[in-house]
Amino acid sequence: MKVAIIKYNAGNIYSVYCACRRLGHDAVITDDPVVIRQADRVIFPGVGEARAAMQHLNQTGLADVIRGLRQPVLGICIGMQLLCRHSEEGDVDCLGIFDVPVVRFRSSSKEFKVPQMGWNTIEKFEKTAENDNSNRLFINLHEGDYVYYVHSFHVPICSYTIAQTDYDGFYSAALHKDNFWATQFHPEKSGPVGEQILRNFLL
Amino acid sequence: MLAKRIIPCLDVKDGTTVKGVQFVNFRDAGDPVELGKQYSQMGADELVYLDITASHEGRRTFTDLVRRIAAEVSIPFTVGGGIHELSDVERLLAAGADKVSVNSSALRRPELITEIAERFGRQECVCAIDARLEDDGQWRCYLNGGRIPTQRYLFEWAHEAQERGAGEILFTSMNHDGSKQGFANDALARLSDELSIPIIASGGAGTKEHFLDVFQIGHADAALAASVFHFGEIPMRELKLYLADHGINVRL
Repeated sequence: MKVAIIKYNAGNIYSVYCACRRLGHDAVITDDPVVIRQADRVIFPGVGEARAAMQHLNQTGLADVIRGLRQPVLGICIGMQLLCRHSEEGDVDCLGIFDVPVVRFRSSSKEFKVPQMGWNTIEKFEKTAENDNSNRLFINLHEGDYVYYVHSFHVPICSYTIAQTDYDGFYSAALHKDNFWATQFHPEKSGPVGEQILRNFLL
Repeated sequence: MLAKRIIPCLDVKDGTTVKGVQFVNFRDAGDPVELGKQYSQMGADELVYLDITASHEGRRTFTDLVRRIAAEVSIPFTVGGGIHELSDVERLLAAGADKVSVNSSALRRPELITEIAERFGRQECVCAIDARLEDDGQWRCYLNGGRIPTQRYLFEWAHEAQERGAGEILFTSMNHDGSKQGFANDALARLSDELSIPIIASGGAGTKEHFLDVFQIGHADAALAASVFHFGEIPMRELKLYLADHGINVRL
């Protein structure tokens, strides 16, 4: 299987590459539209700032490449946020795959620090019909499994939500629409649980 | 619910772990990669690797090491030591580190925090602070691993670091470090309550009760320790079960 990891001006891309390698997949980190389009799976990862990232994606034409992908795509963290309609981070229009806004955590108490940094639980996986594969990410996982988060912005619960997490209220831990999946957490940093999620995506 | 984090800290010199490690019959205890994998399997939530190498050649070894850690360890890790400028940060993040920790260099030139936050995002930047409670009742910050006193103080410096874009504060109490008498819970609680970013407590861990206290009394978001883990005095799994039994939310 050919796995393309989209290279752009965001950090933490090498970790995703390493995680794919650990699972036996020889992924490539690339910004070449041809390689990306021909891949069997595309991962859109990253840690970064939304406005700067969108500017880069628009200038390089990668924005249109990503919008046009037909194979399974997995957005991770800022990658997930960039797949949404708009981000409050830098007040920027994003790729619009998921027609939802990305908003800042507005902490109601000192208990909830921003950024949320660390391990939190994922729950309420979407139950789907037999031949609908929208919950494929969570095969062999359990409600309450811990995953690793680092973020100041989040996607509220919406019609695309396939798993949720509680941090001063519930928000979207993962999204799905057609061939696009996305996780706010970092599967590549989430130990065995994260490895299972990546394995499921790369099935 | 977000879990409280337990973080083993490994000192690395010229590519090998410095302190003896005796928690298992473990042949590669000197190999920071193998050790990190072991801790990860035992349930550590994150790792901190501190490069205490002085030479330039050692720095290159450390960067290679970071690349190997990233390749093999599937939990987040922070690297610190010898980070003076943005290019050091760039090199270490590109090698796969999740966060960098700055200490003396940020005290000398606070703009470094701003630069890291603007270039890489605030979540990448941990501001480590070594401070000592002096006779006048003030927590004074120290440079160079606690060797050189400064005119900066813990609370005002932590606030400035937060404003400049630090994503976390890693506070080591020099009074408590190595004492095994518990963490600096009063100062930690004040830091945690005054700041809006996570606080990692360091210095003083000796028993499981100390970890319970640092979360309950010190309001810490994470607790870091070295020798109690390296010498097997507190097995990771046992610690987490104990904390869970006492109502602390931990990842099991």
